[in-house]
Amino acid sequence: MMKIEAIIQPSRFESVKDALREIGIEGMTVTEVRGHGRQKGHTEVYRGREYTVDLLPKLKLEMVLPDPLVQRAVDTILKTAKTGKIGDGKIFLSRVDEAIRIRNEERGENAL
Amino acid sequence: MKHLGWKCCFLMTMVLAALPLLAQQTPSLTATSSPAAASGTTSAAAPEASTAVNDKLAQLDQRVTAAQSAGDNAWMLVSAALVLMMTGPGLALFYGGLVRRKNTLAIMMQSFLLMALISVLWALVGYSLCFGGNGPVIGGFEHAFLRGVGAEPNPDYAGTIPQATFMIYQLMFAIITPALITGATAERMKFSGTVLFLTLWFLVVYAPLAHMVWGKGGLLNASLGGKFPTLDFAGGTVVHISSGVSALVCALYLGKRTGYPKQPMPPHSLVLSFIGACLLWVGWFGFNAGSALAASALATSAFVATHFATAAAAISWSLAEWFKNGRPSALGAISGAVAGLVAITPAAGFVGPMPALAIGFVAGLVCYWMVTKVKSIFGYDDALDAFGVHGAGGTIGALLTGVFAQQVVNPIFGAGKPVGGLDGHWGQLGNQLVGVLFAWGFALVGTIVLLKVTDMIIGVRVSETEEIEGLDITQHGEEAYNLES
Repeated sequence: MMKIEAIIQPSRFESVKDALREIGIEGMTVTEVRGHGRQKGHTEVYRGREYTVDLLPKLKLEMVLPDPLVQRAVDTILKTAKTGKIGDGKIFLSRVDEAIRIRNEERGENAL
Repeated sequence: MKHLGWKCCFLMTMVLAALPLLAQQTPSLTATSSPAAASGTTSAAAPEASTAVNDKLAQLDQRVTAAQSAGDNAWMLVSAALVLMMTGPGLALFYGGLVRRKNTLAIMMQSFLLMALISVLWALVGYSLCFGGNGPVIGGFEHAFLRGVGAEPNPDYAGTIPQATFMIYQLMFAIITPALITGATAERMKFSGTVLFLTLWFLVVYAPLAHMVWGKGGLLNASLGGKFPTLDFAGGTVVHISSGVSALVCALYLGKRTGYPKQPMPPHSLVLSFIGACLLWVGWFGFNAGSALAASALATSAFVATHFATAAAAISWSLAEWFKNGRPSALGAISGAVAGLVAITPAAGFVGPMPALAIGFVAGLVCYWMVTKVKSIFGYDDALDAFGVHGAGGTIGALLTGVFAQQVVNPIFGAGKPVGGLDGHWGQLGNQLVGVLFAWGFALVGTIVLLKVTDMIIGVRVSETEEIEGLDITQHGEEAYNLES
């Protein structure tokens, strides 16, 4: 079992979600986050005072998948989330020790 | 503290219950009797037909007066409602959107508190202090508990409407004036300190100033024979200079907010501020045009001047920003509009539409400069620009009134007498300056003293921890937004 954490541009989310559904992946957790890598922010001006806004809004997708699905999921996300410009985001992969379905306490890959 | 609170509540209840006994019975406001009208001509030895005609004429006279009165009263009651709306929700939203989320309720609460508190004080003693008596500096107690304030007009102030209408209209001014000051103390003043300070400020600064400019016998009253007739149609000095200058003093006394100016503190919701600003614009028609105290051509003139000045000011502030920053902002546009509204306040019933455009245009630029350049040079933390917009806008407006006032718009000094610079009476600028300086000085001294007194009694600034946590939680035990619930 691996966890995919993908931080993407909010505008790419619908495409990513639809593409993942097409390959059979529907479960995920989505959070609104702020952050930046090398992307520059913008300047806001309120009554003459300038504020540099470094933190940019992004969406974080989290999903835990059985090993066989991981590579296809990553490729799909890469294809649909990419715009080619700085600020596209990143994908992180990590091992998951256990997964449990709360409803019926199923464990392991059956719980995914 | 809790025991003291209960004792105070009990005492207040007893006092309030006893009030109806103290107040002299005033004529019922539901009476449809017309105001002081001619009682008809006497016809001694005239033939019957003539008597009938005379009686008919007298009756007609009475009814025409009543009709005019009805029109005036209707407009004035609407105006009073419009001015109250300026405070709540106008100012509450305007300020509310400009502060950080954690302080939203606190700033709104302060406006709302004043809607309640000043109203009670006004009924007890405020109206009388402002408009009673005929002293040069302060009124009297003849109308304490609103004695004698009922359906009968007060010919000194507004001869065609019930005095109670005049009273309730003026109350709304007394409410919004201290509310403006909260813009400078935002995000760091204790609620208890606010209550005490603004109560004292209302009694010691607002009441005398209102009396001096608008009260019978007042030193600065232009229409009732004041020694230094300052033209102030709707309250540029009484409302805006007084609150604006007091705001500056408060900002300096309280000191900067923790983290200012390094930490970014952008407005948390310009949407709220936008709505508030629009409510202010609409409500201000009651503030300025209502100051004609009648549904008259003068009210129309003031309405028109108000509107055009505001429009011009919104444009000039936006142009200044466009020029300086490359883009006009929403906050700039609405701030410009408010600056124009402030500046036209003393001038509204004295100037024509073209001068109104000029006054507005200038005010937009001056206040923009005050709020961006001057504030950053001197470094004071006038959080919501109460001084930059109201203090400065009121001052420039009051002075420009002396320039642009014309007798053709309002022959306030008498028929044929020149009023302002455009009439050739440039000396009026001098009078305006006297009024402006007086308002400045009075507000300055009064505020310093009262702030010190309040600080000694109850304290004015919250602790640093409270300030960082936010006033909504620490002063009121609430969160403005519980969007997850």
